Amino acid sequence: MKIPATKYPVERFTLDNGLRVVLAPDRSAPVVGVAVVYDVGIRSEPEGRTGFAHLFEHLMFQGSENLEKLAHFRHVQGAGGTFNGSTHLDYTDYFETLPSGALERALFLEADRMRGPRLTEENLRNQVDVVKEEIRVNVLNRPYGGFPWLKLPPVMFDTFPNAHDGYGSFEDLESATVADAAEFFSRYYACGNAVLSVAGDLDVAEATEMIKRHFGDVPARPAPARPDFDEPDLTAERRESYTDRLAPLPAVASAWRVPNPIDDFAAYLPYVVLAEVLTDGDASRLVERLVLRDRTVTSLGGYIGFMGEPFEVRDPTAALLQFHLPPGGDVDKVLRTADEELERLATDGLDAAELGRVQARMATHLLRDTDAVLGRALRIAVLEEQRGEPELINDLPRLIGEVTAAQIQAAAASLTPARRASIEVIPGGGQ
Amino acid sequence: MSETKRALPALLPAAPIKLPTESERRLTNGLTVIAIRRPAVPLVEVRLRVPFARANLARGAMLSQTLFSGTAELSTVDIAAELQSVGGGLSASVDPDRLLIAGNSLAAGLGRTLEIMAEVLDGAAYPSDEVGVERDRLVDNIQVAKSQPAHLAREALLRRLYGRHPYAVQTPEPEQVRAVRPAQLRALHAERVHPAGATLVLVGDFQPKRALDTAEAVLGAWNGGGKDVTLPAAPSPEAGPVLLVDRPDSVQSSLRMALPAVPRTHEDHAALQLANLIFGGYFSSRWVENIREDKGYTYGPHSSVEHSAAGSVVNVSAEVATEVTGPALLETLYELGRLATVPPGEEELEQARQYVLGTLMLGVSTQGGLASLASTYAGAGLRLDFLTSYTEQLRGATRDDVAAAAAKYLAPSGAVTVILGDASKIEAPVATLREVELE
Repeated sequence: MKIPATKYPVERFTLDNGLRVVLAPDRSAPVVGVAVVYDVGIRSEPEGRTGFAHLFEHLMFQGSENLEKLAHFRHVQGAGGTFNGSTHLDYTDYFETLPSGALERALFLEADRMRGPRLTEENLRNQVDVVKEEIRVNVLNRPYGGFPWLKLPPVMFDTFPNAHDGYGSFEDLESATVADAAEFFSRYYACGNAVLSVAGDLDVAEATEMIKRHFGDVPARPAPARPDFDEPDLTAERRESYTDRLAPLPAVASAWRVPNPIDDFAAYLPYVVLAEVLTDGDASRLVERLVLRDRTVTSLGGYIGFMGEPFEVRDPTAALLQFHLPPGGDVDKVLRTADEELERLATDGLDAAELGRVQARMATHLLRDTDAVLGRALRIAVLEEQRGEPELINDLPRLIGEVTAAQIQAAAASLTPARRASIEVIPGGGQ
Repeated sequence: MSETKRALPALLPAAPIKLPTESERRLTNGLTVIAIRRPAVPLVEVRLRVPFARANLARGAMLSQTLFSGTAELSTVDIAAELQSVGGGLSASVDPDRLLIAGNSLAAGLGRTLEIMAEVLDGAAYPSDEVGVERDRLVDNIQVAKSQPAHLAREALLRRLYGRHPYAVQTPEPEQVRAVRPAQLRALHAERVHPAGATLVLVGDFQPKRALDTAEAVLGAWNGGGKDVTLPAAPSPEAGPVLLVDRPDSVQSSLRMALPAVPRTHEDHAALQLANLIFGGYFSSRWVENIREDKGYTYGPHSSVEHSAAGSVVNVSAEVATEVTGPALLETLYELGRLATVPPGEEELEQARQYVLGTLMLGVSTQGGLASLASTYAGAGLRLDFLTSYTEQLRGATRDDVAAAAAKYLAPSGAVTVILGDASKIEAPVATLREVELE
C-alpha cells in the first residue's frame, strides 16, 4: 500500500534575541498547540543533583515575573485549554493546547516564564514534596517501577550523564536549593537555547506579530556549549539483576547501542524500523515466536531510546527489547531465543510483504501522532531544536518507507550478545 | 493578582462549536453505522460497540483476548499481518456494558480493515492452542494487576459501591479464567456478538456516503439476532464507615471516594459537571490547589463523573504519602463540604465553565477523539448533536444551580470511601475523622 504523507506548511524564523520559532498552520479545527522546548534534560544535570532537571520543570509552573503562583494553570484552563511539561534525556518541554482565540495568552505565559520564574524557598519545598509523591506513584509503590528506563542505563553506561537516575534520589532532591535553581535557569534556560512552536489554527503574519510582541524583549542569552555525552560501545556483554519486592513475575530488558540519531540519521532509521519488525503486534517476529509459539513470554516490547521516542533523542542511545515472563520463566532461554530470531533475520532477511506491512503501520502511527495540534507542535519544536529541520515532520513516513530489507538485515546482525546490556527483574512479590 | 506589570492578553471570542456532520445508516441486520468525515490526516478510525451486559465475566474477558486468534481461513498471525498491510490494527476490550473493537488504518485501507473485522465477527474460531496461550497470558496479567495499588483500590471500591450488582466485580479471578474452554467462547460469541443494538463509528479521510456503502457491503451480512439484555439500575452510593484495605509497607495510601451522580441527559448533569470541576475535576480546582500545590501531599489527585449504562458516579481519587493519609482525608472532606454548603464564587465558576467548553472543542479536534466520543455517545443512545444542548446547559448554569448540585451530589456525608494502604500506620489517623472498618 502506498504510504501517504502530510503536507503541513512549516515556517521558521529566528528573533533578534536568538529564539527560534517554528509555525505549522492548519485551520481545519479552531485549536492551537503551543510548545516551548529548552535544550536541557536529564543528561545535563550536575552530579549530586539527580532529578534536578525534572524538579526544575516543576518550578517553571510556580509563577514568573508577572504571574503569581497558580496563575499559569488558571489562565490556561480558564481559557479552555490544557497544559503540561515533561523532562526528557535531552530536552524539556512546556506546552498548551487551547481554542485558537487563546493563542496570544499562551504566548504571554510562555514568554513570562522565559524571562524568569519566581524561585522561592516555599515553592521549592512544596514541589520537592510533589515530586517525591510522583516518584512514589510511578516507581516506588508499584511493580516494575522505572523498568527499564531507570534501571537499564546504569548497566549500559559508565558516565554520570548517561547512567544516573533521572527521577533523582530523595536525598539529592531534598538538598536542592533556590540558588541551584537560579544557576540552572541562568545556564540552560537562555532564549538562545530554546525553540517556540505553534501548530494549528493560526495566521502566520498575525502569529509572527504576536510572537515578536511577547518574546521580542526576552533578554538575549546564548545557548551554553552542549557537551559530547558519547561513550564507547560495549565490547563484552553486561548483565545485572535486582529484586522488585512488588513484582509478581520475572522480566528482563536488553539494550544495544545504535548509530547517532542526529549525525547519522540514514544509518539510524533502519533500527527504528527493525524494532517494529521484531515487536509490533501478533505478526511480528518476536511475538510470533516467544509469545504465540514458545509461550515463554507473556508480553514484550521493542523501541528506540530509553524513553521510547526515536525522533526526540540524541546520541548515545539504544535499541531496547523488554520481556515479561510467566511464573518461573527462564530469562536465559528468552534471551537466547531472541538472539536466534535476530540471527535468523540477519541471515535470511525479510520479504517485501513483511517489510511493507510494518512500514505501513508505522506510517499510521506517525500520522496519528501528528493529528493532534499538540503532537505536531512538539514534534516540529524538537526537530528544530535537535536538527534544525522541522519540515522533517512531513517526510518521516516516506523515509521510514524507504528503509530497505538489506538495511534491516544489517541492523539485526549488529544486535549481538557481546554488545548487549541487560537488566533482569527478580520477582519478590506475591507468589 | 497584584501589580501586573504586563497585562494578560484578552481572549478572542471562541468560535461557536462546529459539529461535524454525522451520516448514519441502519442496516437491515440491525447494525447502526455512523460515518464522520474529518480529512485532517489520511487515516480512518474505527469503533464497533456491541452490547455485552451480563456476559460471564471470565468468558467475556477471554473472548476479547481471543476474538482475533483465528478463523477457519486465517490464523492469529494472518489476521495481524493482513491488518498491518493496510497500516491497520484492531483490538477488542470488554466492560460490564459492552464489547468494543477499536482501531485505525490508512484511509485507503478502510475496506480491508472492515473485511477482517467482519470475518472475525462472523467466524472467530477460538482455536484450542490459541485460547490456551491467551488464557495463560490473561492469568499473568491479572496477577500483575493484583500487585498494583490502583487496581486493588478500584476493586475494593467497586465491591463496596455495587454490592450484588454486576458492576461490583469487573476483573475475573485467575481460576475462573483457567476454567474457560474454547467451546464456551464459541457459545458466548454465538449468543452475544450480533449487530442488533450495535454501533459502528467511522471517522476519517473519506466521503461519508462511500464509507457507509463500504460498511453496508462488508457488514450487511453479519448475522442478525442476538438478544436484548439490560442491567438493573446500579444502586446509589450508600455511605458507611471508611473501608480500610491493608497493604503492608505501602509508601502511599490510595484514597478513593464515590459520590452519587446523574446521567448525561439529566437536568442536573451540567451543573454537577461544573461542581465537580470546581471541587477536584481539573488542575485549577480547590482540592488540587489545596492538597498538591499548597500542601504537597500528592502528585495527581483527580475527580471525575463516570457514566455507565446502569448508573453514574463521581469518582474521587488520590495517591497520598502514607504519613499524611489522615490530613489528606481531612482536606478532602473539607473541600467537598465547603462546596456542598457555600456557593462557589463567580470567577471560579466562570473559569470552570470556560475549561469544560474549551476542552470539549479540543476533544473533537482529532480523528481519534471524535471517534471515541461519537462511539461513547452512541452507546448512551446519543449523537454528537448532544454537544449542542450540553454546551447550552453549561453556559446557562448559575452559581445557585452549581451550589444546589454540589449540595445534592458532593456532600461528604454521602461518600463511599475506601483507603488502601499500610493499615498499621493509617488506621489511627483515619479513625480520628471517620468510623473505620478493616477489610
